[in-house]
Amino acid sequence: MCLSVPTKVIEVFVNDQQARVDYLGARFIVGVALLECVQPGQYVLVHAGEAIQILDEEKALDGLALWKEMLGEA
Amino acid sequence: MERIVLSHGDGGQLTQDLIQDVFQTLLQDHVLQEQDDAAILPADSRYLAVSTDSFIIQPIEFPGGNIGKLAVAGTVNDLAVSGSKPTYLTAGFILEEGLEISVLKRIVRSMAQTALQAGVRIIAGDTKVVERGNCGGMLINTAGIGFLEEPGRIHARNIQPGDRVVINGGIAEHAVAILAERAGLELSSSLCSDCRPLNILIEQLMERYRSIRFMRDPTRGGVATTLKEIASSTGFNIVLEEERIPIKPEVQGALEMMGMDPMYLANEGKVLLIVSEEESPHLVNYLRSIQDNEMAAEIGIVQKGSGRLLLRTAIGGTRELGMLTGAPLPRIC
Amino acid sequence: MNLLAYRDRDVFKQLFQQIEPDLIRIREKVGRKLRFMEVCGTHSVAFSKSGVRDLMSPYVELISGPGCPVCVTDQSDIDQMIAFASLQDVIVATFGDMMKVPGSHSNLEREKSNGADVRIVKSAYQAIDIAKQHPSRKLVFLGVGFETTAPGVALSLKKAREDKLKNYYVYSAHKLTPPALDTLLMDSTHQLDGFVLPGHVSVIIGRKGWVHLEQLNVPAVIGGFDAIDLLIAIGILAKQLEQTKRSVLNLYPRVVQEEGNLTAQRILAECFTNSPTKWRGFGVLDQSGLLIHSDYADYDAASRVITDKPVSKEIRGCRCGEIVKGKEAPIDCKLFAKVCTPTNPLGPCMVSSEGTCSTYYQYERVHDTVLLR
Repeated sequence: MCLSVPTKVIEVFVNDQQARVDYLGARFIVGVALLECVQPGQYVLVHAGEAIQILDEEKALDGLALWKEMLGEA
Repeated sequence: MERIVLSHGDGGQLTQDLIQDVFQTLLQDHVLQEQDDAAILPADSRYLAVSTDSFIIQPIEFPGGNIGKLAVAGTVNDLAVSGSKPTYLTAGFILEEGLEISVLKRIVRSMAQTALQAGVRIIAGDTKVVERGNCGGMLINTAGIGFLEEPGRIHARNIQPGDRVVINGGIAEHAVAILAERAGLELSSSLCSDCRPLNILIEQLMERYRSIRFMRDPTRGGVATTLKEIASSTGFNIVLEEERIPIKPEVQGALEMMGMDPMYLANEGKVLLIVSEEESPHLVNYLRSIQDNEMAAEIGIVQKGSGRLLLRTAIGGTRELGMLTGAPLPRIC
Repeated sequence: MNLLAYRDRDVFKQLFQQIEPDLIRIREKVGRKLRFMEVCGTHSVAFSKSGVRDLMSPYVELISGPGCPVCVTDQSDIDQMIAFASLQDVIVATFGDMMKVPGSHSNLEREKSNGADVRIVKSAYQAIDIAKQHPSRKLVFLGVGFETTAPGVALSLKKAREDKLKNYYVYSAHKLTPPALDTLLMDSTHQLDGFVLPGHVSVIIGRKGWVHLEQLNVPAVIGGFDAIDLLIAIGILAKQLEQTKRSVLNLYPRVVQEEGNLTAQRILAECFTNSPTKWRGFGVLDQSGLLIHSDYADYDAASRVITDKPVSKEIRGCRCGEIVKGKEAPIDCKLFAKVCTPTNPLGPCMVSSEGTCSTYYQYERVHDTVLLR
């Protein structure tokens, strides 16, 4: 129900609330009205033609950190 | 006259003019010129391979090709993978009232080029016209004749456990080229349909590698459907390695965004070869040295089993690939 | 940023080696395979496609939950969608997933082959474009999907109003995920050890949308969808079984925030209202559906596009409600593999090719598994 793809923002069209995004070299135009402010160079998660969140690069590895923590408890 | 009208299909002067101006001029074949009811041709050997296919693709022109190029290459490839030398082709056209004649010419010219590239002759044809709204511009049927000296050299019964599955390049490129416009995908200039005739290549491969058991071109239904059919009919299992299956990153990216599975999508310039374990690496290396086949790879192995097609994923798990049930639909779920 | 980092095969193998001893041990302790539910249909597909389902199968049984919009769209909704399609002046626009979902007598794919104007779109905006191209016909967009999809559909309602469209309608069969899970958990005899919560729904509703589960102290994690995400989710759920106090852990922090996407939540509240809704296999669940808000009543197909009231046929005997709680297995259902099959599915567990019954059907005769390791 939520097939979504992380993509890189190439260009933003502020007036149309749309952006050109790239995933592995394939490019699409998607809507960005669900996000406050999107900049080229950022990464956004896209579902059914809409960007639904900006990827947090700093948090990207947190999942693995939690894993190490939990396994350490054994 | 700029567009096809219903009278072009009447069999009268308008039909004759169309045949001369478009088909005879662009296809340039002396047997075709004679416009006999049947073409009389010499046979190159005792055994014929015969194949027919109808082409209904939409849109009729797409990045990397058009319905005409596809109609020639498609039938040529079907003949080639059966181990024959494609020699003659027929072409039947159903044209839609309102089709621009300039578009028709472009497509027929492309057929002439593809036929020349493949070394085949288009020696018989037919044209009909249907009312506007009935066929998306045009439909084409091609039938082909190929000759072969060793019937049975290429056959599924030759397949044995231990044999390898080889493909000559990246998958699903044709499908992406077709879907791109509908899906709003902006294709880079390097991505287009892989539509091309493979008979010259296949002839070379057959000469060099005697252990090629069987071949098929994975068109409609994709690599998965084609291999599943082979597995089912032979009763062997075929096990594929996901990481070895070649696919261009852009194609993978596009299909993931569209929620579609590349294993079930059409290829029009690819051949699956089943070959012995010993010759497989040599076959792959040879393919990689030929332009447009640089991504060739060994992707799987034939094993004793029960007709199943299995895929070992990148992380080492296994899943089964089944028959396609209906057309692949884009998912959001 | 490496978008494929969570698919790295070598990192996966390393992590699997770390967790496998724990999985073996915990399975021993519990005395049976661990039963985890993946709530979301996309997770079901991801577990299968990646091969993680297969890799985990000696230790973990994965049960597909009610979070699959394809699966849980009720027959009565499909029958209504088909009724729209049968109107001459209507174009129906839908996501591809819906084409084969069974109604009482037919499905959208069959109706299309019978001449109904049904078009597959990849977004609600695409449906708006079609509406603009055909101003003399009505366009009914089938709003199916959970909290991940509904905001995009809400945006289309706003756009329709902004562009003063007179022929755009939405039939909302949108549903909310937490109520389904809550209802399931209310049955204290459910046989589930833990839950992989839907990662992309959580992008919208935030971890806060699930934090109430901590009161029940069930192991629950918000999981991502790549192979490493899936492995981490299962591994940590297993570890949580050995803990006394469990929190809802966000294992997908690269896109799931505590608060979620507030803009999307605001737009949902503007365009939809929560209501009781009928789910295939589970009956009516409170506060679980999204009806179009009265402010957007002009675009509500349910009230503005009149059809004959379709007559829905009840499917008796469907045990999806119990299967999804782990209380029954597919073979316990009298319809399984006899009347209800992948080519003729009746309940959600079989409708999706990744539902519990469908997976069981495909793999159950297949576990004389070819060992390739």
